[in-house]
Amino acid sequence: MSSPENAATLEAQIGRWRSYLERRQAIRSVDVAELEDHLREQIAGLVEAGLAADEAFLVAVKRLGELDAISREFAREHSDRLWKQFVTAPTDAGEPQTAVRTDAIVAFGLAVAAAVAVKVPALFGLDLNQHAGFYLRNAGLFVLPLLTGYFVWKRRPDPVTLRWLAVAFIAAAVFANVYPFAPHVPGSSTHDPGNTEMLTVLHLPIALWLVVGVAYAGGRWGQVSGRMDFIRFSGELFIYYVLIALGGGVLTGFMALIFESIGVDIEPFFESWLLPCGAAGGVIVAAWLVEAKQSVIENMAPVLARLFTPFFAAVLITFLGTLVWTGRGIDIERDVLIAFDLILVVVLGLLLYSVSAREATAPPGIFDVLQVVLLVSALLVDAVALWAIAARITEFGFTPNRVAALGENVILLVNLAWSAALYTRFLRRRGSFTDLERWQTNYLPVYAVWAAIVVIVFPPVFGYI
Amino acid sequence: MLLGKRGFELVERCALGDAMEINKDLIAASSTPIVLAILAEGDSYGYAILKRVRELSGGRMEWTDGMLYPVLHRLERLGYVEARWEVAESGRRRKYYRITSRGRAQLAEERRQWQAVDATLRGIWSALRIPVPAGDPVWAVPLPQGA
Repeated sequence: MSSPENAATLEAQIGRWRSYLERRQAIRSVDVAELEDHLREQIAGLVEAGLAADEAFLVAVKRLGELDAISREFAREHSDRLWKQFVTAPTDAGEPQTAVRTDAIVAFGLAVAAAVAVKVPALFGLDLNQHAGFYLRNAGLFVLPLLTGYFVWKRRPDPVTLRWLAVAFIAAAVFANVYPFAPHVPGSSTHDPGNTEMLTVLHLPIALWLVVGVAYAGGRWGQVSGRMDFIRFSGELFIYYVLIALGGGVLTGFMALIFESIGVDIEPFFESWLLPCGAAGGVIVAAWLVEAKQSVIENMAPVLARLFTPFFAAVLITFLGTLVWTGRGIDIERDVLIAFDLILVVVLGLLLYSVSAREATAPPGIFDVLQVVLLVSALLVDAVALWAIAARITEFGFTPNRVAALGENVILLVNLAWSAALYTRFLRRRGSFTDLERWQTNYLPVYAVWAAIVVIVFPPVFGYI
Repeated sequence: MLLGKRGFELVERCALGDAMEINKDLIAASSTPIVLAILAEGDSYGYAILKRVRELSGGRMEWTDGMLYPVLHRLERLGYVEARWEVAESGRRRKYYRITSRGRAQLAEERRQWQAVDATLRGIWSALRIPVPAGDPVWAVPLPQGA
């Protein structure tokens, strides 16, 4: 009855219809399969009655009814589906259930391994209280290799990449532990970390995060989309981690409360077990959650970025206005640079996560204008601060902290200034939005390289103080 | 993708059919007993259920096909029917429904209620003695009651 090419067009039509249906939130893929079976049987019946295949398709689709109406009925029956539920085990038949379970088992195994790794040095006499510096310097090394391992297991990168990942971690372990860092207070027994040691503590995880990114991208690191996915992943991971930490705080408070009632102090247990092990394992659990739910739940970081961009822009503009109106100078304290670095980091985050969720082909809108306002006001605020600091930098002297903070400020400033330029070009329709995406994703290694320089070069240059 | 004249006729007949304008509420209210009754005859699936509805009503009760599925899913949620996936003779996966004992109990209850409504209406129709206009057989169609 129907020629092969007729059958092919019919299949294409059914395929289009199916993909249209699959976009409906309330209609799951099993329901689509059920409706498709119906549609095909209807078409077969109509073809038998003498209709051509395309006519039969039209009639069958029409009989099924308005998709909007059907979708509404489905939504009424399954109102829960409009709330995207996070289920680790798919209930839909036909999905690879074992793969999901294996993934969960591997992730939790690695989380436990990370928790154990934190306690391993204690077996060799390195107590957490006595050797706080050692634990802080190696904090990233307890967790990030295992996190990288998780992505290596998931993405199976090629052997060359694998070798480089291993080299990076070994190098990190070497530089974290070979330098003879001086304690903060000379001669004290508690060994509070000194200046350059603290810089290592803060910068090593930043450098290693890039290594995690390479493993996460799994061969797509060279592409803008691969790096952008890693940015999205990082934002979601941060939010999940904060949520897990909040949950952990509630758990701890509850534990402390009930054990106190029977006269048991949980603080020693909390300090040496629950907090370090939980903090380490939590990273991997959070990463697994982000992986498992990325297509199930809307990304939160862009939502927060959109929500707070107007507020941050308003605060910065008001600050600039007040500065001009009152004629006050910025009171340059010793640590003021770090505060301005943090402002730039926040603005960069707002920009990055707005960019990550924006449809590149959409025309410029009011929110894009707001982004540029935010960028420009942040740049002006930072310029004022830098100018004030530059005037007095010789007076303060070049301590390692100040040089590191200054370097970061310059790096962020360059990024945001060029982003503002690219964004303005996009607003004036002289450039495309993908230029901004490419710029942001290409810039990622710069942070890691600077962090690596701080870890590797700063301690010897500044005499391990 | 233009339909020929014949095609249009078929579309008219198939899609719009000779279906009466039966009130939406009435369709919604009667869907549960009809579906449960059809499943009480034996396990079935969406398309076959609709075909059976058409047969039983002589083509006069026309449901929008897509609307049957949310009804089936509601009955499944309420525990009146159970669903299972099977591979049909066509090679496609097909979702079959089976009535449960709770479904049978519900069907009996619905039947009792519908019979009461039906008896009341019959009583009032005969008392009114208003002739039903010919060619508008709305009231003449007996509602399927757990056939």
